[in-house]
This record gives sequence, C-alpha cells and structure tokens, in this order.
Amino acid sequence: MKLKEIVAILDGEVLLPEVDLEMEVPCAFSSDLISDILMCTKEPTLLLTGLTNNQVIRLCDMIDIVGIVFVRGKRPLQEIIDMARERNIPLICTNFTMYRSSGLLFNAGLRSCKI
Amino acid sequence: MRDFAAAKSEMGEYWYIRPGLEESVNGFFSAQPEADMALESQIPEKDFNQAGKGSAEVKNLLKRLGVNPGILRRVAVAAYEAEINVAAHSLGGTMMCRIYDEFIHIIFKDMGPGIADIEQAMTPGYSTADEMVRELGFGAGLGLPNIKKNSDALHIHSERGNPTLLEFLIYFMSDE
Repeated sequence: MKLKEIVAILDGEVLLPEVDLEMEVPCAFSSDLISDILMCTKEPTLLLTGLTNNQVIRLCDMIDIVGIVFVRGKRPLQEIIDMARERNIPLICTNFTMYRSSGLLFNAGLRSCKI
Repeated sequence: MRDFAAAKSEMGEYWYIRPGLEESVNGFFSAQPEADMALESQIPEKDFNQAGKGSAEVKNLLKRLGVNPGILRRVAVAAYEAEINVAAHSLGGTMMCRIYDEFIHIIFKDMGPGIADIEQAMTPGYSTADEMVRELGFGAGLGLPNIKKNSDALHIHSERGNPTLLEFLIYFMSDE
C-alpha cells in the first residue's frame, strides 16, 4: 500500500512535508511497548503507536521502521520531528484510536508484519 | 572447565549458550583473547535522551564492516535492550563492545543495585520498571528475554546490592 493511501484512510496529517508519499509500505505493526516493537519487527514495517518520545525514533536506528503513525491525536515535539527528519522517517498523525487505525488499514489490505 | 547446560542459573549466575556453540563459547571465555576492535560508551542513570546511542553506533560500525542485516538487527536489538536496562534499573554503567573476526562480544557493567532473582527477571512479562520508565513505553518485561533470543551466548552475574555484569556474544555467521 502506498503511504498516501494510508494518510487518506487515517485522515492523517503528514508532519514532514518532504516525505515521498508514493513510497510502498509492505506491512504494519501496532504497539505502545518498545520491547514488543523490537521483538516483532523483522522486516520493513510501518509502526502505529501512541508513544511520542525520542526512543520511538531511536528504534528506527535498530530496526527497519519505514514510517510512524501517531494515533489518538498524539503529537511529537519538534525535537522528535527533527530526529525523524535526520533519519528520513515519515511521520503521520491521526485522531483515530490505535484499534480503529489498525482495523481500517488491515481491511484496506495492509497486512500485519510477520512475527 | 565449566560445565554449561543450555541455560543454567544459580546463585546470581546465569548462562545461556545456543546449542552447538558450547565448545566455541567455552573456548572464548577461557582464553579471553584480545579484540580486533573495541568501542566503549557510558550509560547514565535514567538518561533516555542518551540511551540507545551506543547501540546505534555499534550497529553502524558493524554495518560498515559488512555484517549482514539480519545479524545487525540482532546485535542492535540485544544491545539496545541491555542499554535501556542499565539506564532504567541501575545507577548507571558502561557498555563495552569487542569485535572479533567471527563474533561480537558486548559487556555491560553497572553500579548496582543488582537483580534480586535472575530467573524471575528472565520470565517474559515480569518487570520492576517504575512509572516514569513505563510511561516511555518500557517495562514490557521482555528486555532480558529479548537479549537472550537475539544472542548466541548470554552471561549474567548479579546479586542484590551489588553491580551487575551482563555480557553476550553474537556470531556473524549464524543461521538466523
């Protein structure tokens, strides 16, 4: 699924305007627990989370996260957005809950990452 | 020679060695040869701005050395989890990486206060993380299990009231 479709489905706001919205996203994972994310992400994956601290961006140094969707209307601070810009990680904000966001994307054909 | 079971813990001592690697791992810990390259970083207590930088640095170094992406991921995840453990649960410590031809040896030493029961700490879901640490998304109780899962050998020495030593080996040529 293309990133621009994900933004449309989630009625999302793109925080880094320079990102390539034509980018293909192969799969997704949703969690608010960092160890879960580390344990379950073994391929290029879109992350849906309510965490907005710098460790979420730090995760992208360890594992292959192709983009982050902040759910439940959460917004990261500018410092976090800058960290993502340095790493070229697309950031999207949505007011939908994690459950609803995941369900909408899954129904639209975005598969769960292999764990 | 020490007699290692696949995973063994007693009196503040925990060993895990991936089956089939016993001889190589035992040989390494007996000889403790000098590393080809070394890298060291500090892990201050509860500093979650800093935590994770050391692991990212090691991953980048191994990447430049041509280590394959699956192994890079395992090293990064194990090192990061250990780094977060030191920042979240101890009074601060250090991370030392020693790189050899066939594997990386990473050693974490902290200033205490030690793990009361290592076996319990190895149980997935068990966590003693405080509220501040949990709010950041840590405290899933998967730190040590995740380190074990990604390493080829893991050794922990810890007792309540004393510093903790955690070290692991990851081979560059392993199948996973």
